[in-house]
Amino acid sequence: MNLEIILHAGLATGTILLFAAIGEVFAERAGVLNLGVEGMMLLGAMAGFSTSLSTGNVWLGLLAAIIAGGILSLAHGLVTIHFQADQVVSGLSLTFLGTGLALVLGEGLTGKNPPLVPSLDIPGLSAIPFVGPVFFTDHSLLVYVGYLFVPLAWYYIFHTRPGLHLRAVGEKPDAADTMGVSVYGLRYLYVFVGGCLAGLAGATISLSVSPGWYSVQTTSGQGWIAVGLVIFAQWDPLRAALGAYLFGALRRGILDLQGPATLLGMTNPLYINSNYGFFLQMTPYVLTIIALVIGSRQAARKRLGAPAALGLPYIRGERGL
Amino acid sequence: MKLPFTILFEKRMEDVPKWLPAATSIGSVLIAFLISGIILKLIGGQPLRVAGFFFDATFGSWAAISDTLVKATPLIMVGLACTVAFKMKLWNIGAEGQFYIGAFAASLVVLIPMVPLDSPRIVIIGLMIIMGMIGGAVWGFIPGLLKGKFGVNEIITTLMLNYIAILWNNFWIFNKWSDAGFQMTPPFEKNAWLPRLADYAREFRAFSGITLHLGVVIALVATVVVWWVLERSRWGYEIKLTGDNKEAARYAGINIVRNVILVMMFSGALAGLAGMSEISGVVHRLQERISPGYGFTGIIVAWLAKLNPFAVVLVSILFGALIVAGREIQPSGLAQLLQGIILFMVISSDVLLRYKIRIIRLQSPAAGEVEVA
Repeated sequence: MNLEIILHAGLATGTILLFAAIGEVFAERAGVLNLGVEGMMLLGAMAGFSTSLSTGNVWLGLLAAIIAGGILSLAHGLVTIHFQADQVVSGLSLTFLGTGLALVLGEGLTGKNPPLVPSLDIPGLSAIPFVGPVFFTDHSLLVYVGYLFVPLAWYYIFHTRPGLHLRAVGEKPDAADTMGVSVYGLRYLYVFVGGCLAGLAGATISLSVSPGWYSVQTTSGQGWIAVGLVIFAQWDPLRAALGAYLFGALRRGILDLQGPATLLGMTNPLYINSNYGFFLQMTPYVLTIIALVIGSRQAARKRLGAPAALGLPYIRGERGL
Repeated sequence: MKLPFTILFEKRMEDVPKWLPAATSIGSVLIAFLISGIILKLIGGQPLRVAGFFFDATFGSWAAISDTLVKATPLIMVGLACTVAFKMKLWNIGAEGQFYIGAFAASLVVLIPMVPLDSPRIVIIGLMIIMGMIGGAVWGFIPGLLKGKFGVNEIITTLMLNYIAILWNNFWIFNKWSDAGFQMTPPFEKNAWLPRLADYAREFRAFSGITLHLGVVIALVATVVVWWVLERSRWGYEIKLTGDNKEAARYAGINIVRNVILVMMFSGALAGLAGMSEISGVVHRLQERISPGYGFTGIIVAWLAKLNPFAVVLVSILFGALIVAGREIQPSGLAQLLQGIILFMVISSDVLLRYKIRIIRLQSPAAGEVEVA
């Protein structure tokens, strides 16, 4: 039970959720709900792992993961944007499709050892007491990428012209269309961006945070947790990042409860009977539900909600498709 | 590049022909099989051999057909569970968890035990059915309440509850009711088994080795009940009206919060019933992995059946066959891939129900119109 270790681990596992959740923020801000995050992550994890294994180059692995997630997401784009299918059902089928593809193509990858994303210290910053060891020491390169990515994503969405177009397409697509913004084009673009980031999140697992290919256990529901996090984050990348890191740290901290023989001077029941560990394993899922309840209530109180056109297909006038 | 024709989508003004929804569903399945075959070929498999094997393993003999029906049985009930919820546009993705909790609650009858274990079979089985439905309903009540009262997204909560249900189940079978340290309870008394055709092998030789059990009858009864509720009862009308147009339902004075909770409970109860049927009819004990993802397959079943309870039965048989074959076909993810492609094809083909597709030749616009669908 060491706070430094828990926070350090929280940042690493939080990075997985961060990429996936911010990717989903982009897609949902554009008005497309994509519930296929779990499937895209799993496909990304598999593609990254196997490419890194076959080429011996981890950067090609990351690239493959990003492309795999992106391409899979386009299936969702086509069906929901052009065919105006229900976004919920399409997202679910994307999860099935991604999971199935990953399992079929990932046959025989278990137990292999591809090159992984390197870990490094940030010179100078790592010397700061407490902050250095937690934030800037022995982290995967992807964790540092995450630090830089969060403010960039936030700035892009809220303070740039393309970001304004992105939000317009999700809030009032007809008005955006009138102003000459391509609603379909942007929706495709941000669904694709979301897919790329989900793929990267998958590779963050398989090539960095908990390396390896363990079929469906590789992601074990983190894609769904990321979707839940977006609601908690009220479609804001900063809140999503905060939630992701907190979630990672809490998850690690709770698992660490099993370690010591005594807690607060009493015998630790978790240490004596490891079967209570099943309840500890429930905590991420219980936390997600609690976070959702909090997020939903806040949203209701502040009248902050989902992008107004989230989940609705855009049909221009009488032209139909 | 200029094409010699252009494709136009026109919104359907008239009613969709009666045969079209069924035709798109069947067409979707066929195309999905074709695509899966191509993928299998690309990764170096032999699609035709796999297809032949698929048929033999699922419909090739009476025993194979019985296997398929045994797998179809829980799918029917879970498919009905999803149908009921989806009719109200409630996305219950938690049938898997409700299935596990249903199985757990039904097991309590034997494990506690709630009645003497030498009670008549009808008493024990009857109680297990009730407990299974209550268990599933409780697991549906939680997301229903959160959705109804606080507007919490039910997709995520039902999904999270799946993981929690499986861990809850594991706690008991690893711990209190573990059979000599194995991850399962001791087998149930014969009194708690649903009757199987094989039990009557002495009277009818043909039944020997046929594992089809009474659960299939329970599933068919549930089908008729769900049909009656949706199509003939006042509550079913409220469910459908709320699903089609929430605002209209509100103006009509329908209590939406109450219906959200009740429908989630009804849906959960059906999934719990499936869990009960599976442990009482097939596994005969509570253990790990009693479901190979029935709860998720049920979603596809419901959608492919276009939320029609009787179509759910037919689609379940197809997917039961997929599960039977999927156990032996390599690579192991193939069945799941096929399910994903089928679902994608179904929702894509829905565009045909809403639009007419015309192909118009540009040279002679008036003469060359070909109507596709």
